[in-house]
Amino acid sequence: MTADAERAEAVPALELSALRFSYPDGTEALRGVDLRIEQGEKVALLGPNGAGKSTLLLQLPGVLRGSGTIRVLGEVLTDRTVKAIRSRVGLLFSNPDDQLFSPTVLEDVAYGPLYMGFPPDEVLARARRALAEVGMEAFEARTPHHLSLGQKKRVAIASVLSMGTPILAFDEPSASLDTASRRELIQLLASLDRTLLISTHDLALVRDLLPRSVLLVEGQVVADRRTADLIYDADLLEAHGLEPLEFRGAEAPQTAVGESTAAR
Amino acid sequence: MTLAAVFVEHYRHAESVLHRADARVKLPTAVLYILAISLARPGAWLTLGFLAVPIAAGIGLSRLPVTGVLGRSMLALPFVLAAVPIAFTTPGTPLVVVPLVGWDVSDAGLVRLGSILVESWLSVLVGVLLTSTTPPSELLRGLRALRLPRLLVATVFFTYRYLHVVGAEGARMITARDLRSAEWPGQRSGGSIRWRARVVGHMAGSLFTRSMDRGERIYAAMQARGYDGEPRFLANPPLRTLEVVAAGALLTFAVALHLVERL
Repeated sequence: MTADAERAEAVPALELSALRFSYPDGTEALRGVDLRIEQGEKVALLGPNGAGKSTLLLQLPGVLRGSGTIRVLGEVLTDRTVKAIRSRVGLLFSNPDDQLFSPTVLEDVAYGPLYMGFPPDEVLARARRALAEVGMEAFEARTPHHLSLGQKKRVAIASVLSMGTPILAFDEPSASLDTASRRELIQLLASLDRTLLISTHDLALVRDLLPRSVLLVEGQVVADRRTADLIYDADLLEAHGLEPLEFRGAEAPQTAVGESTAAR
Repeated sequence: MTLAAVFVEHYRHAESVLHRADARVKLPTAVLYILAISLARPGAWLTLGFLAVPIAAGIGLSRLPVTGVLGRSMLALPFVLAAVPIAFTTPGTPLVVVPLVGWDVSDAGLVRLGSILVESWLSVLVGVLLTSTTPPSELLRGLRALRLPRLLVATVFFTYRYLHVVGAEGARMITARDLRSAEWPGQRSGGSIRWRARVVGHMAGSLFTRSMDRGERIYAAMQARGYDGEPRFLANPPLRTLEVVAAGALLTFAVALHLVERL
């Protein structure tokens, strides 16, 4: 049996059906989302601002609860299962200030494993390993909210990694990072052997890392394809206010690029 | 909605005469009406009853849910405790003696306590009515229009502004903590009570420093846009005659009640 066939038989990592959510002010953020993500899949969540991407990610560990069903590794998200599910889905907020709450970097990264009841030496080992993965070992005694934005972002990622969740949901991990930090982030994400669902506007990151892309518009999935079939689809993306990625390198169709430039 | 929004934000949007009325009329009228309520003599039940009629009418006019308004007026309850000793300290005919301690409740004391209860409840109802139908920014405009010292208005403004900042900061930290408060299958989760208490303590400390930092940034942004200590508002529209007349009639009614009571 091939690896792919085994995966197809396993329970999906995430299974959302008829997911709907409205904010208290009446804004309908999710309007019936169905999505199935297999274990080990790396999926991009694309869409314009206000499409419902962040709202969707916040549903997975039950921060926001709408109607419809969410299954995480086969288990339905309910009040009773929410704490267990949070040890399976790690959520990275787009703003690291939303994520860090402890007086030192190490305590923040150690919080998850400590709460989950791991023995002290394993907690430390997990926290230090996670900090090493994001290259922040030297900062463990610092106060998180006095770090630079890029450093905060890395600590926030470490605080999720240390929990050892098999599924990672990242909200705009590369936003407002400088070029070098962004490259390091891409390397880090590429090295993670976990199920990834990443909401982003960074199509180059999507092309390099995530083989499948889901396009969310006004709270609904309007496209769910192989990344290569979606990120160059100028008609589809431009219709939803997104800029398609231009072909690079030898295969770039020169005439097409020329035409589209002329059309503008 | 943030924690602060739940506790601080009293304004409830609706379309009604009271919502549309100018804060520069509503605010002084409410203050003077509360004064009229508190000036009622102990045991002047009829006066208090008549004073309650416009309040009931106001609740009806405001189109606010009655249960919501009544629920909020329960804010007065804790203050009632402070008034309870009056029942014992006012001289008069003893009615009941509390066993063991030997304190006696006098008839005059009971009447005074009852009057204070009713008066404070009616006053709180007026306050609830005012804050539920007037957005906070309009209240500030009203305060400033009444020529309240700018420092006082600025202090109220910042208290309001920063309560939201602190509340939002706190809500974010709590969400962040809850997200990582997970259960690992087959393991006792939660950590020790002492550790959890320490985390909460640290969160309170972080909340303080983070709110300070945020507050400084907000203040810097305000200064960068020319803030000089005076909250500015768009030009005041002219007062509407009908509202002023209605407010005048209401206050005249209250004064008349007092005059009748004292005749």
